[in-house]
Amino acid sequence: MQTWNLIEYAAWGLSAVFGLFMVVDWLKTDTSYSEDVLTSSREGEIEAMTEEHHS
Amino acid sequence: MADFNITSSSADGMGPHGTKVGLLRVLGPAHVWALGVGIVLVGEYMGWNFAVGKGGAYAALIACWVAGILYTCVAMIDSEVTSTVAAAGGQYTQAKHIVGPLMAFNVGLYLVFAYTMLEAANAITAGYLISVVATMTGYEGTLDQRPFIILAILFLAWLNYRGVLATLTFNLVITAIAFAAIVVLFLSTSGVVGTGIMEHAALMEGQAALPYGWIGVLAAMHFGLWYYLGIEGTTQAAEEVRSPARALPFGTLAGIMTLLIAATLTWYVCSGVLPWEFLGDGVNGSVAPLFDTARLSGSNLLIWLLGIGTLFATLASANGCINDASRAWFSMGRDKYLPGWFGAVHPKYRTPYRSIVFLVPIALIFALGAPLDQVITFSILSGLLGYTFMPLNVILFRKKWPMGSIKRGYEHPFHPLPSIVLLAICAVTFFAVFLGYGTQLVAMIGFYIVVSLWFHFWRYRFVSRAAQFTMPWPKPKGY
Repeated sequence: MQTWNLIEYAAWGLSAVFGLFMVVDWLKTDTSYSEDVLTSSREGEIEAMTEEHHS
Repeated sequence: MADFNITSSSADGMGPHGTKVGLLRVLGPAHVWALGVGIVLVGEYMGWNFAVGKGGAYAALIACWVAGILYTCVAMIDSEVTSTVAAAGGQYTQAKHIVGPLMAFNVGLYLVFAYTMLEAANAITAGYLISVVATMTGYEGTLDQRPFIILAILFLAWLNYRGVLATLTFNLVITAIAFAAIVVLFLSTSGVVGTGIMEHAALMEGQAALPYGWIGVLAAMHFGLWYYLGIEGTTQAAEEVRSPARALPFGTLAGIMTLLIAATLTWYVCSGVLPWEFLGDGVNGSVAPLFDTARLSGSNLLIWLLGIGTLFATLASANGCINDASRAWFSMGRDKYLPGWFGAVHPKYRTPYRSIVFLVPIALIFALGAPLDQVITFSILSGLLGYTFMPLNVILFRKKWPMGSIKRGYEHPFHPLPSIVLLAICAVTFFAVFLGYGTQLVAMIGFYIVVSLWFHFWRYRFVSRAAQFTMPWPKPKGY
């Protein structure tokens, strides 16, 4: 078997590891925190205006 | 269920609107530069040379500079609006605040499609580059490119999932190397250092100057966009930079200046070495013109440097695209333009993790199942629709919030001249695209009309009408 065939298998393997990490962590996160917390983000403030108010 | 409560507005950098978990403000101007230039620089390494095929080397240079004007207008307009609308979603969020929900929905989709298609195109290219390396190192079989395409997408998605600071610091490093490689190639082959190999006069005389006349110049405009396509992506970092009012204009404008230099240097070195017929054929001729120029230089060091530069530019682009597409999708979810489920932020990594994961299979389907030129065309067309929106957006912005009514991080000069120029160049480019890809253009506009109808008659009822506007803006003039 040539080196490049091994590299091909390594690429498949690494892809599976990265994919699995995300899926497992995603499921773990979704079951550990309430939906209310996870989706509580609101859009950022206007920095320029904030600076204006603070000055 | 653990109650993860960081309600302090100073702890998470977010406003006091009930945010418990928000995106992190950790980025600086260099990251903004890396995001914008990183997405684009692959266009210098490959793709722009189709413009040479359409009209010759001079046509590609004219397209390079005319498109440069277009994108300078884009960068200036974006810098002004985004330094004020400092929220994730970029142009989508701008449209939401300034124009209205239907425009915002469309712009959001333009962004997601443009970036996801570009990500797929980059992954296809990365797979191809690995197979070239395999052949160059003596591999005799046919390398299966699929695992490398999948690995590129999954690795970069994983990086994005784990946090924005590491993602864009990675982009900063590989983008800087890819840009430095172009500068080194220019210095080494132009005669600035050592002996030059440029043959512009011989390669562009007679018929070769403008082989298809001025209509060729017009047709070249389509691929002239390729030199800069994606610089507007800097706006997606708006909710994650420490100081949007400073970092976004600085990073974006430094980015367009970098690209103007990189595009001109690229044209100069490639058109001075490669005959236009070879350079302009990006499929059977010069797939990666900077790399081909390095090969003709005879220097192994340059060959390696430009080879690495090509791969890094491809990965930086895909990486930035994942970042931007996920932010746009996330913002639309957060405002319920799409299911609110997508508006979740990871409590540990502080990234829009569901949007990142959701877009992975879509990118994979396009990367593994669609031809590269169609994927690229869909990306360009979506981008072009976005650019057409920008001048209308900034004209309305100045009208509703005139100078002095709201503090801007950056004020673009000569208003409304940049908007008019941008609109005019967009019209020319639409015509150029129509010449080459008329069917796709009509099909795509048809697609956006259908989804607009869906949004208007169905989806709009779910949109958070008031809750989507949480920034303390003054009332627009006349309302």
